[in-house]
Amino acid sequence: MYQFKRLAASAAIGLWATTALAQDSITVAIQLEPPNLDPTGGAAQAIDSVLYANVFEGLTRFDADGAIIRGLAQSWDISADGTVYTFNLAAGVTFHDGTTMDAEDVKFSLDRARAEDSTNAQKGLFAGITDVTVLEPLVVQVTLDQPNGNFLFNMAWGDAVIVAPESIADIASNPIGTGPFTFTDWVQGDRLELTRNADYWGDAPALESATFRFISDPTAAFAAVMAEDVDAFIGFPAPENLPQFEADPRFQVLVGNTEGETILSTNNKMPPFDNVLVRQAVAHAIDRQAIIDGAMFGLGTPIGTHFAPHNPAYVDLLANSPHDPDRARELLAEAGFADGFTTTLKLPPPSYARRGGEIIAAQLRDVGIETEITNLEWAQWIEEVFKNKDFGLSIVSHTEPMDIGIYANPDYYFQYDNPDFQALMEELNATTDPAGRNDLLAKAQTIISEDYVNGYLFELAVATVAKVGVQGLWVNQPTAAVDLTGVSWAE
Amino acid sequence: MSRNLIIGAGLSVLFICLAALSFIWTPYDIEALDIPNKLQAPGGANLLGTDHFGRDILSMIMMGARTSIAVALVAVGIGMALGIPLGLLAAARHGSLLDELIMRGNDLVFAFPSLVIAILITAVFGASAVNAIIAIGIFNIPVFARLTRGAALPLWERDFILAARVCGKSAARISVEHILPNITNLMIVQGTIQFSLGILAEAALSYIGLGAQPPTASWGRMLADAQTLVSIAPHTALVPGFAILLMVLGLNLLGDGLRDWLDPRIRVARV
Repeated sequence: MYQFKRLAASAAIGLWATTALAQDSITVAIQLEPPNLDPTGGAAQAIDSVLYANVFEGLTRFDADGAIIRGLAQSWDISADGTVYTFNLAAGVTFHDGTTMDAEDVKFSLDRARAEDSTNAQKGLFAGITDVTVLEPLVVQVTLDQPNGNFLFNMAWGDAVIVAPESIADIASNPIGTGPFTFTDWVQGDRLELTRNADYWGDAPALESATFRFISDPTAAFAAVMAEDVDAFIGFPAPENLPQFEADPRFQVLVGNTEGETILSTNNKMPPFDNVLVRQAVAHAIDRQAIIDGAMFGLGTPIGTHFAPHNPAYVDLLANSPHDPDRARELLAEAGFADGFTTTLKLPPPSYARRGGEIIAAQLRDVGIETEITNLEWAQWIEEVFKNKDFGLSIVSHTEPMDIGIYANPDYYFQYDNPDFQALMEELNATTDPAGRNDLLAKAQTIISEDYVNGYLFELAVATVAKVGVQGLWVNQPTAAVDLTGVSWAE
Repeated sequence: MSRNLIIGAGLSVLFICLAALSFIWTPYDIEALDIPNKLQAPGGANLLGTDHFGRDILSMIMMGARTSIAVALVAVGIGMALGIPLGLLAAARHGSLLDELIMRGNDLVFAFPSLVIAILITAVFGASAVNAIIAIGIFNIPVFARLTRGAALPLWERDFILAARVCGKSAARISVEHILPNITNLMIVQGTIQFSLGILAEAALSYIGLGAQPPTASWGRMLADAQTLVSIAPHTALVPGFAILLMVLGLNLLGDGLRDWLDPRIRVARV
């Protein structure tokens, strides 16, 4: 027996040394580290990047192409008036701590998320829920105040995952979900480890374990991939380095789209940006292609409104704001700023913002608008720009899917307050038929484009650099997620 | 004159001239981005190539020299303007409580790693060239104060000072009229060294984004911007890197050369 073990061990080592065939673990890197591990409590995308679909599951979920597919709910019935959803949950599902997942947990999760004192970052997702009732142990009924065509979509978000009352207290440091991977260890500032959940109710993942590493510095990211310290880097931060990886036979480069509308956020309540002529002038001063080429080395699709171009409901509104510095100067003169003005441009860390900011500053200077650039770390940005609204201009990518609804919230940081738009969003929420929804979405896109609420720059692309042999990674980012369920090493 | 002095002075004058020239002329306008023309190799229309925004690197080096020199010069100025009087005062009141206070205060500032405090200052008060100047300037104060006191103390024992005191001159007048002229050489040499350290500190602060903000050109930020481009366009990092290297080398050689040249003992020995 001892002999045999040793033989097996040496065979394993031999395999390991000569080929990667036997590999069943992966090290993936992402840029930002999650501040905590509670997707139902924190707003940071990095939480979902690590945990979505891996550790936590919701009633429904996004697949790699952004379609809504079954999650813990295996089937559902929608009442004729569109207000009552009856979900049939998968059987035999347990949380990682061994407790069973049933309708009570769903009720707990949804009630917790929509509660008065809930800290959920996307409370709007649950706003229409009036009641959650447990019908049978595996059947739960959700009642809405009005039909909501987006409800199944909303339930797929990372903010709507199902958690258990037994493990909720420590969720921020010890996340217990139902997913194919269990959380093992988190060394803050360095890495987070996941292990395959042996009791997973669905198809078992190919990987035995996975390590997430957090590398925010583009140079360090380049070095880590080149040195093969990581097997894959999702959201590689330096687009200028991609051609090198493409030319290197060791690596594959996947470029996909995201839900990230990158915009020149404009403080609509701060003079002179409260004047639509000024905002329009800014829009005409911007040369999108120069920004995409200069800041993203060509990665990105120009947008003329706050909507993802790969979405079927997208309307091409680029014609509203072509690059036209003369027109911009005219508009400024018309608005009473013939001599231009000075404003602030506060930039968070990603290179689309820092580099894009320098380019936009030059383009605005060309029409007479001087900007004082301030580079902020994310925490400072959240505080100064997002919370205190102390900014003139900023650049940020809004990566939430289908987030045009933020324009209906006058308290949102860019402070756009248009009752017509708000009414339109109400109407949209009450509409379930797809054609009607698309019409309303087109209207909404047109309103914010013609109001020049923000400078619409480009749809962020996401680049993944992985070793040749890693397969099953998401190419697109329909939501912030690094879904490892289908990831494996090629034979 | 020594070779050090000539090379050092040559390099320093070269960069100062470049900086001065940038006020009236640069080959290209660095505020106008020319993105289709990005990352051009040196030679051709752009002597030192272009950066990731298609800006002319030579023009940026000239404008960056201006930023570096301005920041370092003012920072040394702050150090001298506050440090020398403090040092003179401490020497004049040697052994008093005031002397203790000044010197222990100096020790306190010395005790902190200067760059860390500079980062703190710029982080708290916002990143800008002015705050970088203040941060670097503060750390020049104890350097000059300590040097001044050290050089002034033995002078106070000398007969000509005794004579001045007998004539009834106040300590302040003696410090200004007799002590200061005798330590000027030392201050010039130290000033040159601090100047080169100031250039380095400015580059370091700009590199981590706490120095001059865009569109003001800065060597440190050029380096930071070039970081991910090293493998595809090495000149974007090499050019500002060499600019910093040559400027600091030049100032150090100049300081060395000046010390030898101005030191009466060495000069006598040479004669």
